[in-house]
Parts: sequence; C-alpha cells; structure tokens
Amino acid sequence: MRPFTYERAATPAAAAAAAARTQGARFIAGGTNLLDLMKLQIETPPHLIDVNELGLDTIEATEQGGLRIGALVSNTDLAADQRVRRDYELLARALLTGASGQLRNKATTAGNLLQRTRCPYFYDTAQPCNKRKPGSGCAAIGGFTRQLAIIGASEACIATHPSDMAVALRALDATVETVQADGSARAFPIAEFHRLPGDTPHVETALEPGELITAVVLPKPLGGRQIYRKVRDRASYAFALVSVGAVLQPDGSGRVALGGVAHKPWRVEAAEREMPRGANAVVGPLLAGARPTRENAFKITLVERTLASILVEARG
Amino acid sequence: MKFDSPAAANPIDRLKVIGRPLDRIDGPLKTTGTAPYAYERHDIVADPAYGHVIGATIAKGRITAMDLSAAERAPGVLAVVTAQNAGALTKGNYNTAHLLGGPAIQHYHQAVALVVAESFEQARAAAHLVRIDYKAEPGSFDLYTAKGAATAPEPTDLTGPIDTHIGDFPRAYAQAAVRLDETYTTPDQSHAMMEPHATLARWEGDRLTVWTSNQMVAWSTGELATTLGLPPEKVRLISPYIGGGFGSKLFLRADVVLAALGARAAGRPVKVALQRPLIANNTTHRPATIQRIRLGAERDGTISAIGHESWSGDLEGGGPETAVGQTRLLYAGANRMTSMRLAVLDLPEGNAMRAPGEAPGLMALEIAMDEMAEKLGIDPVEFRIRNDTQVDPEHPERPFSARPFAQCLRLGAERFGWDRRNARPGQIRDGRWLIGLGMAAGFRNNLLAKSGARVRLDSRGIVTVETDMTDIGTGSYTIIAQTAAEMMGVPMDQVQVVLGDSSFPVSAGSGGQWGAASSTAGVYAACMKLREEVARKMSFNSADAEFVDGEVRVGNRSAKLRAAAAEGDLVAEDSMEYGDIAEKMQQSTFAGHFVEVAVDSATGESRIRRMLAVCAAGRILNPKSARSQVIGAMTMGAGAALMEELAVDTKRGFFVNHDLAGYEVPVHADIPHQEVVFLDETDPMSTPLKAKGVGELGICGVGAAVANAIYNATGARVRDYPITLDKHLDRLPEIA
Ligand SMILES: Cc1cc2nc3c(=O)[nH]c(=O)nc-3n(C[C@H](O)[C@H](O)[C@H](O)COP(=O)(O)OP(=O)(O)OC[C@H]3O[C@@H](n4cnc5c(N)ncnc54)[C@H](O)[C@@H]3O)c2cc1C
Ligand code: SF4
Repeated sequence: MRPFTYERAATPAAAAAAAARTQGARFIAGGTNLLDLMKLQIETPPHLIDVNELGLDTIEATEQGGLRIGALVSNTDLAADQRVRRDYELLARALLTGASGQLRNKATTAGNLLQRTRCPYFYDTAQPCNKRKPGSGCAAIGGFTRQLAIIGASEACIATHPSDMAVALRALDATVETVQADGSARAFPIAEFHRLPGDTPHVETALEPGELITAVVLPKPLGGRQIYRKVRDRASYAFALVSVGAVLQPDGSGRVALGGVAHKPWRVEAAEREMPRGANAVVGPLLAGARPTRENAFKITLVERTLASILVEARG
Repeated sequence: MKFDSPAAANPIDRLKVIGRPLDRIDGPLKTTGTAPYAYERHDIVADPAYGHVIGATIAKGRITAMDLSAAERAPGVLAVVTAQNAGALTKGNYNTAHLLGGPAIQHYHQAVALVVAESFEQARAAAHLVRIDYKAEPGSFDLYTAKGAATAPEPTDLTGPIDTHIGDFPRAYAQAAVRLDETYTTPDQSHAMMEPHATLARWEGDRLTVWTSNQMVAWSTGELATTLGLPPEKVRLISPYIGGGFGSKLFLRADVVLAALGARAAGRPVKVALQRPLIANNTTHRPATIQRIRLGAERDGTISAIGHESWSGDLEGGGPETAVGQTRLLYAGANRMTSMRLAVLDLPEGNAMRAPGEAPGLMALEIAMDEMAEKLGIDPVEFRIRNDTQVDPEHPERPFSARPFAQCLRLGAERFGWDRRNARPGQIRDGRWLIGLGMAAGFRNNLLAKSGARVRLDSRGIVTVETDMTDIGTGSYTIIAQTAAEMMGVPMDQVQVVLGDSSFPVSAGSGGQWGAASSTAGVYAACMKLREEVARKMSFNSADAEFVDGEVRVGNRSAKLRAAAAEGDLVAEDSMEYGDIAEKMQQSTFAGHFVEVAVDSATGESRIRRMLAVCAAGRILNPKSARSQVIGAMTMGAGAALMEELAVDTKRGFFVNHDLAGYEVPVHADIPHQEVVFLDETDPMSTPLKAKGVGELGICGVGAAVANAIYNATGARVRDYPITLDKHLDRLPEIA
C-alpha cells in the first residue's frame, strides 16, 4: 500500500470536486474491493475521499413508481428491503448470491457496480495486464481462461465483470445517477454504464474522473417471475462461472441478462423477442459472435441450459 | 522401551480416560483466541521488526540485476536480505529448491529477498520498491507434455520400490474374461491451511531461537542448522500451536530461514508470515498425477490381474507422488504390476499433502473398481469384499495385523441404506436434481516412528509431560494427557502437556498419520519408567503396583501418588522404538466411504447430500477428536472431488489461482451431514495402546466415493478431477 491522504466529504458535490482536484483520487465506500487492491498496489490512489457520511444511504419511492437506491445503501440492506423483495425479487436474489454476509454488510450499491474484475492475472502484479497497466499486454490470453469472457472481449483484455447485482440491474433497466466535479448532475441507463474492453480495458465505465454515483433508480416494477441462477463450482462464496437473471411474464415474453460472460452484464434486447420459443432460440442471438477459448467454451452450453431450466421453473 | 512383541494387557486397557470423547484441552485457548501462534508471540517479543517476502516473478532463469537502494531508503526499513548478502547457505535435505533463491531461479515465487522494517506496512510498501531484472529461460511446465520423457526415479524409504511385478500380469490381463483399461488424472493441489507459514526469530549471540509453525520439530531444527551452517545445539525451535499444516509444514520453509537471516541483518527479532498469494507457488503442493489402471477379472468377480501405473512431475532432484502404493496391498489378485514414473517439471516443488500417495491413488483406483463392478454386473460393495485379502498380496507370507475391511464396507452399506441404490445410473430424480449414491474403499498404512517423552511428578500430584510432539489441530495435547492420566491413575486436570519445543525429547512429530499412535506410545514408555520410580520411592514392587484415583496401591496397602514427590520432583524420560513386527505383518487402517450427491440436471453442479465413513483404525483414543479428524478429512476429500485444483499456466510456468479466492476449498454450504462410525477394534501389533492413525484415513477414498455417486446420478463417467460441471455438461439429459 502506498501512503495516501484521506478526507471525509460533506456533500456529494464537494466529494466530486475534491476527487477532481487530486489526480488518481478515489472514493472509498465499504472498501471491500478498494482496500484489497491497494494492499497489492494494483490501485495506488494518493488520496481517498470517504463518501460514507454523505447521507446517500436511503431507499425512497420515486414519482414514477420506482425506487431510488442511495449509492451508499449496503448490499445487505438493499436485499432485505421489503419493497425490493416484493417488487424487484431479481435484485434481492442476485445480491444474496454474492460474497458473504459479512462482506454484504460493508459492500455498497455504488461500490458493487464499480468492483473490478477477478481475472487472476489482474491480481498478480508480476504479470502483464492491460487493465492494470495499460500497454503491458494481457497474460490471460493464451493462459488460464476458464473464468474469463466469451463475448465482447478484445485483443487487449478478456476479463469479465464479476458483479451479481449489476446483472439484475441490467435486466431491470436501472438508471445510474451521478454528480460531476462541477456540481452538475446527470443520469444514464445502466446499459451505457459499463463498457466493453476495446483498446482501453482500464476504462471500465462511462464515469468521468471525479464523478460520483449518488443513486441507482429502478423503474416501476415489471411483475412476472423473477429468477436469478448463479452457477459455480462451490455452493457459496464464489464468483459465478455464469449467472442468468430473467424476468418472465405469463404471456411467455421476458428479459434475460447474463453475468460471467463479458466485461459487463450482458443483455441483447433483440434476443428477448425469441423468449416464447425457448432457450435455444434466445441464446443464438444473445451470444452471437461469442469467441470462447477452449477452456471456457462450456459457458455457451451452460448459459443455454441454465436459461432452459429457468424457463421450466417459471412455467411450473 | 522397545516394542517387538504384541501388546499384552496393560494399564491402558482400564479405559478410564483413554477411549473417552473428551473435549480438547486446548479448546478454550483456541476459541478465545489466546493460543499463542507463531506470529502472535507478543509475550516473547513486544516490538519485533517485520519481514515481507519477495517472490521471483519468473519460473526459471536468472536474476541479472537487483536494485535495493530505493527500498533501503524507504521509511522504517532496517535491512533487505538477498542471497547475495545473506552469507553462505546450504540446502537442507528435505527441500528440493533453495529456500532463498538467486541468482538462479528454480520456480515461480521462489523467495529472492526479505525486506525488514519497523512495521508490517512499511516492509510491504518497501518491498514494492525493490527492482529485480530477470532473464527467463524456457522450462518444462506441462505434465502431459513431459510425461513421455518421464523416467523411473530412485527408490527411497518414502517411495518403496518403483516397479513391482508379481505373477504374469500381461498374460493374465490378456486372458481375463472382463477387462478394464482406463486413465485417470488428479490435479496439483494446495494444502490451503488457515495459518500461513509464520516465524518469529531471535538471536542471542550465536544462539538462534525460532517460534514457528511446524509439524516436525526435530527435522526442521536440524534442517535450519544445516541451512544456516550452525551447530544444531545452537538452534532452538518452538512450535506449540499450529493452525493446520496438512503436510505443508513438515519441513523447513522460507519463512523460518528468512526470519533468522532478517533478524541477524536487522540486529533484532524479526517476524515473517508468508503472504497468502505466495504460498501456493513458494511452498510445496500435492503433485498432479496421470494414472493408468488395468483390471482383469473372472466373470464371478475374482480379480486375476491388477495393474496401476502413475506419472507425476517434480523439480530436478525431487520425488514422485506414490499413487500406486495402496494398489500393492488393497485387493487380492495373483498377477500384478505397479510402476511410478517421474517427469522433470519447473513448477514449484511437489511434496506430501495429507495422505500422500493414497489420496490421489485411491481417487483413481476406486473409480476403476466401480467401473469394473459395473462391467461385471456385481454390486460395488460385494465386488470389493470378493477381492478382500488377509495377507499382503505381493508377499503372502505377511499377514495383516488386523483387517476388518469387509466389516467396514458391510456396516457402511447397512447404515447408509446402500440397498436403496439403483445400479442403473441416471435413474433417480428429485425435482431438477439427479440423485446418486456412491462408495469407495479407504485405505492408509499405519506408520510408526520412534517417539520420546519426559514425564514429571511434583508434590501437588501434577503430572507434566514434555515432548517435541506437535498438535496441528489434531488433538495431540488431549490424547497425550489422556495417556498420562491413564498410566498414572490421575484425573485429566492433574496432567499438564507441553509440546513442540526442540529442547524436549524427540518425538515422532505429526505427519503421515503416525503422530497419535507413535507419540502416545512414547508417553506410555516414559510413564512406565515414572511408575517404576514412584514404586521404588515407596518401596512397592512396581510390577504389582496399581495407579488409580491418585493413589498407588499394592494389595491392601495404598499411598497418595503425590507423596512420592514430596521430597522433590520425580522425572522419567524414555522413548518407544519398534522391532521388526512391521516387517513381519502389514499394519494398515481401513474405511468404507459412502456418499449421496445431487447433480443439477441442467447446470451439472454437484452438491453432496450425505456422507458416511466407517473406519477401522485400532483403538480409538478419543472418539471426539478422532471424529473431528475424519470429518475434516472427508471435507478435504470432497474438495478434491469437486473443486480443488491449482491451475497451471503451462506457458508462464506457475499456479495461477494462488490465493484463497482462486483456489476454492469447500465452504459450509458444500458440506452436509457427515456421519463417522469407528469399529470397536484393538490392534495389539501396533503399540501398547493398540491404536493406529486415523487423520489421513479419513480422506482416503472419499474423492472416488463422490465421483462414483456423481456417475450413479448422471450416467456420465468423469475420470479427471476435480469433477467440475464442464466435464459432464454435454452428457446431461435434455431439459424438458
Ligand atoms: C471475498 C469476496 C467475495 C466476493 N464475492 C462476490 C460475489 O460473489 N458477487 C459479487 O457481486 N461481488 C462479490 N464481491 C465483491 C463485492 O460485492 C464488492 O467488493 C463490493 O460490492 C464493493 O463495494 P464497496 O462499497 O466495498 O466498494 P469499495 O471497495 O469502497 O469501492 C469500490 C470502487 O468503487 C468506487 N466507489 C465507491 N463508491 C462510489 C461512488 N459513490 N461513486 C463513485 N465511485 C465509487 C471506489 O472508488 C472503488 O473504485 C466479493 C468480494 C470479496 C472481497
Ligand atoms: S484479461 Fe484483462 S484483466 Fe486479465 S490479464 Fe488480460 S488485460 Fe488484464
């Protein structure tokens, strides 16, 4: 860990302004990802801005009939909220498959969205990694790739985004609200929040330097059956090999988003038109253009079978 | 004392204390966090300096340049130790690679420097400032590629013979009515114990004391002296509490050597814990194996030919994984062959992990037995019992000292409800889950080693046992106290046990499941001597004296035990050694493992529902601690079956998933109800306590029992461990 300075911001706008003042500054929320990365010197921020006391830890109804989730609401509180459990079951279920009880108590909504990849080479500072050190190369390509992306990857990076929560938010069409360094607020759909790696895998989201997430907004409830399946080698406390979040309506229509397959939660709205025709029909367009490695090609079959199983459960 | 004839009736047989399921006497220390582990010896040194280990970042090659200057100037830094400035170091006998590498690099994360600073954080930060340039060389990192060039290793005490041939295997196999020829693989595995390797080192003049976490105190004291070029009597090693080892702490490792060197360089005590991300590549691991098994049988299920070949790899000068050992002893069969071949790999060094040899060997053999039973149309339990043997099949003149193998299997089958198993796989469903039952035999030899102890009686009647034996979480403290309590006729709270100090009599240490039986036998020997001293002091005839309820009784005369020490402590020291009983008779331990699994019919995820082990391991000294050993080992076996694998990057030459996020071991949610049954058995050929080891038996066979249950659930056989979903996904039923 490199020495760093620390401050507690008083308002969201002040936090954003402070972050823009020091190059490389980071917000710290629960710290469950950031501190680990700092200990390994994967992240070396010279300055930390603590955002825990900005009052962004409430969940409120919106005029549109949805929910505004403060950026600092813990994963535990979010998953336990009665409205979330009733109207956004997919989100509650996805959250509860993540990490462990202790971690979820600390982990925040914004921190979860911004958690970094679990690519093992990203974590080994002796190895080349374009995401950790732009231009150094990618050790994963040609290496151990079982966990890594099958779609949307690039020659520069084949990492996946590890969040479960983000998969649910993508299926639910959430909106991310932010405040920028100049104090102005903006909002963008979750679909535009995470980026594909391209030539710049170190740039992971649409956030500008210093931009602070203030809330995540859910539109009004979708109804339907909401099922989240996380497939993994051990029963708990493991990242997904593949996860499938689906919202299924009685008329056979529905939505589906995937985790564990790409650099961002993966959803192709056009593929959802095939939902009434079953998993096989959906997965074709959903994973069109997938370029798996020999080690992770199984994820394509796994996505299809998991979705098929979800459809059976939803019918039953 | 020498043990060279079967144990007769002796004071242990009273079973007033021995054989009781007593709580571990170190339990409160563990549960309150007050057991003094090596890294937490604030009681010894209040302000040690901290060392941070730097591991090599290439797998093979040389260091071409090192720049320590920035690190040396960093805040709080006291010293930076490297092979260049450490002085002459000699490689010990038990490690293959140097514990402080450079300029030559033998494996990834081989230690190349230690940064010592006032605080842990300063040492860690400064370590990032050390600049090292390497010249990498190509290496051999893939067992599958290197297999072709594998050769027969030199036999050692640990390996036994490399090849064995009995009868005419090729002919019998060719002529067998039913044949099986399959290849199985097991991956490299990491011990993944909770406590990392950790050491506090302090020099007083030319004398060195290390507080560390080590299973084998005498071995490692000697190895430390050898490595540093010190006379052995100048080195003291203290290892009273160990947060798990599973074989990774049998030997001297880099933490000890570097802490000692760091303390010398900094001129003050230094402590070092190997950072978790270094452990997988810096220390030892269980080597991967490729195993070919051929079985030939008559139609009635009699095995006529049994062949087992194993390939593994290690650094130049290392040894093989002895995966064929159990196949020499477990089943009858007139025509047999086994062989081991060793490939040179430039991966980190392989060595013992819980039940080395048998654990991976049975993972293969016991799938093969399941496959053969199916080919024969015979129940897997019956098939194994039909090929039971009461003698060493390679040397029929050597009987087993005790072999209730068939009983373990029969009782297990009955308790588990084995008759409910459908022999046709893929038939039973519970919603979306496919349900299967599987079983396998467990087998592990009983090894015994010379073990000594010192016992002291004081005027309060307290009996104190001192031995360099270790407790790696197994319950050594407790069974040693039970032994002394039984022998001296005192209650448990009158016994004190002090372990893990090289200034104490040399014990067997903890490894190879030899610790419990060997160390208690040593305590027995010392107590016999103390009983004689007590009797002499009281002018009793020692042969007639009974030690009971804190008294010594002969006929109708009795005296308080403590009275014998009224004028001063009585001290006795002895050790137990073994004659040639083990050569004349084969001593082994046996188990039947039974497992029920559920496999998600869509995703192929396998989850265990029930586990049962029926074990025969001689007298069980403490059923509670023995059960804990077995359920822990079953958990490890479940991990081996379902998830544990060090992923090899065959291009860059290292284990990629080198932390506990990447190397998955079972969590609570993976482990269901576990039942353990011990047969009521004594083995008078083992030790006076008639006990054998059990800590490794518990893992032996578990992996195959899980594998066989998965097959029974799905009908898709997987022969490559771990059985992750990708290995059978494309053979699972259509989703309807
Ligand atoms: C052992 C382990 C297992 C895990 N398993 C899972 C799992 O199975 N599934 C899963 O989904 N996750 C898992 N996680 C990840 C966990 O969910 C994240 O660590 C957590 O959500 C991060 O939240 P935090 O508040 O602690 O973020 P922090 O660590 O505080 O911050 C993370 C990042 O977000 C930035 N940030 C924080 N708040 C804001 C804000 N308001 N605006 C802008 N930037 C901000 C920080 O600067 C930092 O870059 C696991 C983590 C661990 C350690
Ligand atoms: S896949 Fe991405 S994160 Fe992993 S090593 Fe390559 S560049 Fe780094």
